[in-house]
Amino acid sequence: MQEQTRLIRLENISKEYDGTPVLKDINLYIRKNEFLTLLGPSGCGKTTTLRIIGGFEQPTAGRVIFDGQDITSLPPYKRRVNTVFQKYALFPHLNVFENIAFGLKVAKIPKDEIARRVDSMLDLVNLRSYGKRRVDSLSGGQQQRIAIARALVNEPEVLLLDEPLGALDLKLRKGMQLELKRMQQRLGITFIFVTHDQEEALTMSDTIVVMKDGSIAQIGTPKHIYDEPKSAFIANFIGESNIIRGRMVRDELVNFCGSNFTCVDSGFAPDSPVDVLVRPEDIVIVGEDVGQLTGTVKSVLFKGVHYEMMIEAGGFLWKVHSTSMQPEGSLVGLSIVPFNIHIMKPTEEAPNE
Amino acid sequence: MKLLKRAYLSIILLFLYVPIAVLIFQSFNAGVSRAKWEGFSLRWYAQLFQSPNIMQALYVTVSIALLASMISTVLGTMAAIGIHAMRKRPQSMMMTLTNIPMTMPDIVTGISLMLLFIFSKVERGYVTMLLAHVTFNTPYVVLSVMPKLKEMNTFSYEAALDLGATPGYALRKVILPAIRPGVITGAILAFTLSLDDFTISYFTTSPLVQNLSTLIYSEARKGIKPTMNALSALMFVALLILLLVVNRRTAETK
Amino acid sequence: MNNLHVPEWSFWVMGLALAAFVGMFIQMVRRNKGIRRSFYAWPYTLWMIISTVVPLILIAYYALTDKSGSFTLENFANFWDSNRNMKTELLAQGFNPEELGLGARGTVNVDTLAYSMWMAFLCTGISLLLGYPAALIMADREFRLGSTIVVLFIIPMWMNFLLRTIAWMSLLEDNGLINTLLESLGFGKARLMYNSQAVLLGMVYNYLPFMVFPIYNSLSRQDARLSEAAMDLGANKWKTFWRVVFPISMPGIVSGITMVFMPSVTTFFIPRVLGGGNTEMFGDLIERTFLTADDWNVGSALSLVMMVLILLSLGLLRKVDPEGEGGSLI
Repeated sequence: MQEQTRLIRLENISKEYDGTPVLKDINLYIRKNEFLTLLGPSGCGKTTTLRIIGGFEQPTAGRVIFDGQDITSLPPYKRRVNTVFQKYALFPHLNVFENIAFGLKVAKIPKDEIARRVDSMLDLVNLRSYGKRRVDSLSGGQQQRIAIARALVNEPEVLLLDEPLGALDLKLRKGMQLELKRMQQRLGITFIFVTHDQEEALTMSDTIVVMKDGSIAQIGTPKHIYDEPKSAFIANFIGESNIIRGRMVRDELVNFCGSNFTCVDSGFAPDSPVDVLVRPEDIVIVGEDVGQLTGTVKSVLFKGVHYEMMIEAGGFLWKVHSTSMQPEGSLVGLSIVPFNIHIMKPTEEAPNE
Repeated sequence: MKLLKRAYLSIILLFLYVPIAVLIFQSFNAGVSRAKWEGFSLRWYAQLFQSPNIMQALYVTVSIALLASMISTVLGTMAAIGIHAMRKRPQSMMMTLTNIPMTMPDIVTGISLMLLFIFSKVERGYVTMLLAHVTFNTPYVVLSVMPKLKEMNTFSYEAALDLGATPGYALRKVILPAIRPGVITGAILAFTLSLDDFTISYFTTSPLVQNLSTLIYSEARKGIKPTMNALSALMFVALLILLLVVNRRTAETK
Repeated sequence: MNNLHVPEWSFWVMGLALAAFVGMFIQMVRRNKGIRRSFYAWPYTLWMIISTVVPLILIAYYALTDKSGSFTLENFANFWDSNRNMKTELLAQGFNPEELGLGARGTVNVDTLAYSMWMAFLCTGISLLLGYPAALIMADREFRLGSTIVVLFIIPMWMNFLLRTIAWMSLLEDNGLINTLLESLGFGKARLMYNSQAVLLGMVYNYLPFMVFPIYNSLSRQDARLSEAAMDLGANKWKTFWRVVFPISMPGIVSGITMVFMPSVTTFFIPRVLGGGNTEMFGDLIERTFLTADDWNVGSALSLVMMVLILLSLGLLRKVDPEGEGGSLI
């Protein structure tokens, strides 16, 4: 990776509140034009990380490098980043136009240019005729767009988004996800997006940073993180999963539920304990005498696209997704191809990179 | 039932308004008697403007109310913004400090301030009265601004900084407009409290600088002259008109 | 006013504290390269420390020292036995107070305090009894005039409260309006002034609005769906009130009680005008001890006793309303 494309670097960032650590030695770089998502459960430090990049918090230790310059102690109003806040933080005493124009007015841009740029932003977010409206007369989705327009009109190099879709209903969320992604690609701006919704992260991001307890658990592309989670925590957090304690027999052979399975992972010490991850959609239901495991269907739920079945086999309750339904109580065989068996170190804590 | 409710409220309100009616009634009475009607006259209103005592007390009262409410509005609004931005522990310490004078009886506040002024060898008079009024007014301003700050979106201030506003600009253009109703309430409250204060003024001024309350108190034994009633009737009407004007203006802006 | 027995060094302490404070302020401003928002509270903090904390320390200081400035608990003993000073003086002059029939404990101070607490209790009780129904009627959603009536409750307070109290004199005195009315109706004159009832009337008159506002606030803020839910669950109107509306209005009641009780214990103008000196209350006593008897030490002890009592009663009230979010005047 070449140095120029690394727009923001976080170097050994730590943050404490009254002696309680919330960020522990974070190292991270963000490339130009990247859509990077900080993903994790609440309290993992993702919002604090974002606020440190935005300049609203000072790290207890470490540096923030922006475009080669140390901006750690630079106040927010001198940074070339803008933020879309949780619950939008639109100014209630200003109308839509004035809200979007706020940053330009502060920068003393001439009036006619402000008008031009605000109007083109209103176009971008499809709210062309809303300039004179009061912000509290708008729906959640519209307020969301105004908040985005208010940030983007300043032509920031980086846009920070703090759970911007959290307050929207499911359908609106999906629409906004696509719209945001499209905007990012069109404008060529770096987006740093904070969310606790793994599906959102998988849909939108170029890079996902999974955080846990103030540390980075894993960094990678959505596909990489989904397919090769480093720990049971990540596997559980991203997508649904079956995680079983197992034992490595030798390279490419693992033992769990009392049988040996061929897999594609190697490099573990023979006989070492491991966590085995199998995604519910990767388990194939076959005839009861053909499968690698045999089990009984305990419950069936219809989920729209597929059925979710809980199947007890080999002393473990498997979650299985399948488009064909097996009646409750029936005996079935389960089969997993080697490629879909993921071996992980049996630690809860993933080491930092 | 409905009638009963209205009757009840009317009786309570009657109870509150009877002494005021008596006061106004007396101010138009030609005689000095408090109970006997001796014909309509405006003589007390005419005398009022020739009484140097009353005119001076009026000046002291109104000027102190204006100055004290202005100073404590600035001080209290700044304080509320500052306290709101604090962490939890210093914040609760500051709120305790704010609540102390609120839970202190007026007489103790007055006496403790009197002790302070004597202790620090400040001669009591106009300035000490003003300082005392600022002291008991400011916590009320803090407490009326505070809820407005809490109602504000937590990120409004940061959003302004994010958009390039300096802290001062963000304060003026984002925080102040959002808390304006609380500031106005606080200022009005401070003004009325100051206008009507007796106990604290009594202990913090000298007999040479009287406001209306302390003047009334010192005359109460000799018997209040109807000129005083005339003055308070005038002030009452002035405040009523003010209220109506303010009400109409807010109704119009809505 | 010349009994200032404050040691010289206390001025130095105050000066140093002030300098340290200013120094800390400058230091913090410099370290943070700009003013943080929390600094806006500093002038206020400084002001409040000088005008509230320091005076309270002064009161405590005077209460715990004698005229020469040395530590003593005499002043509290004087509170308990108001004849104590006289007795020590007689003893010093070689008389035996017991023989002169002056040995008994003077109970003026304690009696006055008890009387004030009792009067304040009555005033609070009557205000609650009168004010709660009024607030309830005003907060009724079908009534609609509630906010107008609130203004009607506020307007009388714009008239100087001393004058309003004096106006009651014109109504109550022997040749006053009420007696004139009674006479013309054929009843005899009644003695209405210069007794506890008149004082109580004046107190209720002055403090009733402070009971109505917070209760009205907490009642009108109450979600109407709560009573609907109660009715839906089978409670009749009476039960809905006692089980739902009343308990939820508790914070308002608590702050109403606080706002009426506190000024009533310490009022000293109302008993002077309407009680005519027959009914001294604790506020009078403190004022007299400070200004007439010029005894700051005992006066401070009295103030301290009163504040402790008020803090105790507030503490008890807080137990009823632990959240402390009682509806306020504002």
